Amino acid sequence: MEAAPTTTSLRASRRRIGDRIGDLALRGLTLLAALAAVAALVAIVYKVFRLARPAISHFGLGFITGTTWDPVHKEFGALPFIYGTAISSLIALLIATPLAIAIALYLSELAPRGVRGVLGSLVETLAAIPSVVLGLWGILVLGPFLAHHFEPWAHDKLGFIPIFGAPVATGTGLFTAGLILAIMIVPIVASICRELFLAVPSDLEEGAFALGTTRWEMVRGVILPATRSGIAAAIILGLGRALGEAIAVTQVIGGGTKIVHNIFGPSDTLASKIAASYQGAASGLEASSLLYLAAILLVIGVLANLAAQIIVRRFDPLRGAR
Amino acid sequence: MSATAQTVSLRPGGRLRRRRIVNRIMECIGTGAALAAVGVLGLVVVSVTLRAWPALSWHFLTTPPALFGPPGGISSAIIGSALIVGMATGMALPVGVLGAVYLTEFATRRVAAVVQLCLDVLNGMPTIVTGIFVYGLLVIGHVQSAFAGAFALAIVMLPLVLRASQEVLLLVPQSLREASLALGVSRWRTTLGVVLPSSLGGILTGTVIAVARAAGETAPLLFTCSIFNPAVSTDVSHALPNIPVLIFTYSEQPDPVLHEQAWGAALVLMAFVLIASLAARMLLARSRRKLGQ
Repeated sequence: MEAAPTTTSLRASRRRIGDRIGDLALRGLTLLAALAAVAALVAIVYKVFRLARPAISHFGLGFITGTTWDPVHKEFGALPFIYGTAISSLIALLIATPLAIAIALYLSELAPRGVRGVLGSLVETLAAIPSVVLGLWGILVLGPFLAHHFEPWAHDKLGFIPIFGAPVATGTGLFTAGLILAIMIVPIVASICRELFLAVPSDLEEGAFALGTTRWEMVRGVILPATRSGIAAAIILGLGRALGEAIAVTQVIGGGTKIVHNIFGPSDTLASKIAASYQGAASGLEASSLLYLAAILLVIGVLANLAAQIIVRRFDPLRGAR
Repeated sequence: MSATAQTVSLRPGGRLRRRRIVNRIMECIGTGAALAAVGVLGLVVVSVTLRAWPALSWHFLTTPPALFGPPGGISSAIIGSALIVGMATGMALPVGVLGAVYLTEFATRRVAAVVQLCLDVLNGMPTIVTGIFVYGLLVIGHVQSAFAGAFALAIVMLPLVLRASQEVLLLVPQSLREASLALGVSRWRTTLGVVLPSSLGGILTGTVIAVARAAGETAPLLFTCSIFNPAVSTDVSHALPNIPVLIFTYSEQPDPVLHEQAWGAALVLMAFVLIASLAARMLLARSRRKLGQ
């Protein structure tokens, strides 16, 4: 063999070399593609902080607690927008969480087989509506409706609590934004929770029924405790979405640069403030302050997502196994 | 029963009755919540359709926005959106599929976990931040362009395409790979010739879902492709008119004529997105069945 290699073995070894090159090439190419995703994340973080650097070095961390946003006197602070982000997301979560869990329970435990698939896809279709369309609906339909029917009533009856202040005629404000955000995150939280509930072993459920529990008692005693951490992760993922939504919120929140305690009053979130000024800022410092807002939003968004992923990975054996 | 049942009554007593009532109430709440979600979907779809109806016509779909005089249509925005989303898909699809191949076929557990975490975080990244990133990368010092917008959308689409491809690749039976390897076929030929073709349907589905999502994204385009000339153009080195930004800017104007145009554009966008995601859902069900899970 060493003396005179036959043509077949030569061809075979040549093919083996070709295969080795092919394997290496495919491996390298796919590795590059996977690294592109990692690189995109790193580049986003680097670039956004880089862009915000003038404002970061000018204001330092005091920017985060600054309460004024005054382009005329070149004084900028992020607190009103952090406040607006927190309150609108809180309203959204308060409305969306119980609804989403109830929907998920219905879809996983109650719904008849035929209804289950159809209703499940309809709920997920709600998530597919583009945010700009939802925002258009919010500003032209939902806002005026709330301003004429719900908000005056709430102000009359509950006005003694300062957060239910006088409504704005157009119906744009924190509450409307919270409501639109709730519509956006209900399907997200509901579809994650449904998967969680369906993954609870049916032995456990049947065991509870055998002990004579009603369906609700089984849910409260078995399903909810077993999926607690997953539900928490789902809620945080919904929160991440609510925090970062720019377009629909910009359309319905009304815009403002002050901390308002009235939830029917106009305000702005971090994301909506950035989006609202897309046509350009007057001064360089204002522009870079807006980019500082983007950096804060980035940090909050990444933290929320990391928290959710860590909870999921630590507590959910089903996902970890994949 | 009537004579002896005094000791053992089968009728629910106080406590049991309360438990049953609580159960009933909770069941009603669950059903009600599901109906409410579907109701909101119906409400949005119906009110967009009703308000868009007067604006909708052949003229609306085939003429560009008019600067003066009677309102035009949205033809240039439809063309612009198609170009931008098409380019974004062209960038995100190969990277996403190849990345998914790496994660399922080559990566060690630890590397896969790190990449996966990055993808999940990237997926949750506020899209306005992605827009700011591309603005800093491609727009500062240059001009806004359809290419920059497409690049931003590609970053939004990448985790979606990659995740969807990964899920179908995992569904490909291990025995299929082993059979191919046992025939002496090399790893790369197995991957390209056996594994990828059998997961094509699922990858297509994931792509359609990502396209539907990208078509409606406005935030990444605001800083990259929003200051445009409304005329029909296919020059991707300049900002092109597109439907999401058009709806956004019109909705911020007080003019009811522009609102009507915005409703019309919203209906076109929503119809595209909903039809695409429904089609994807059906495709997905079919390709899942085909892979025989």
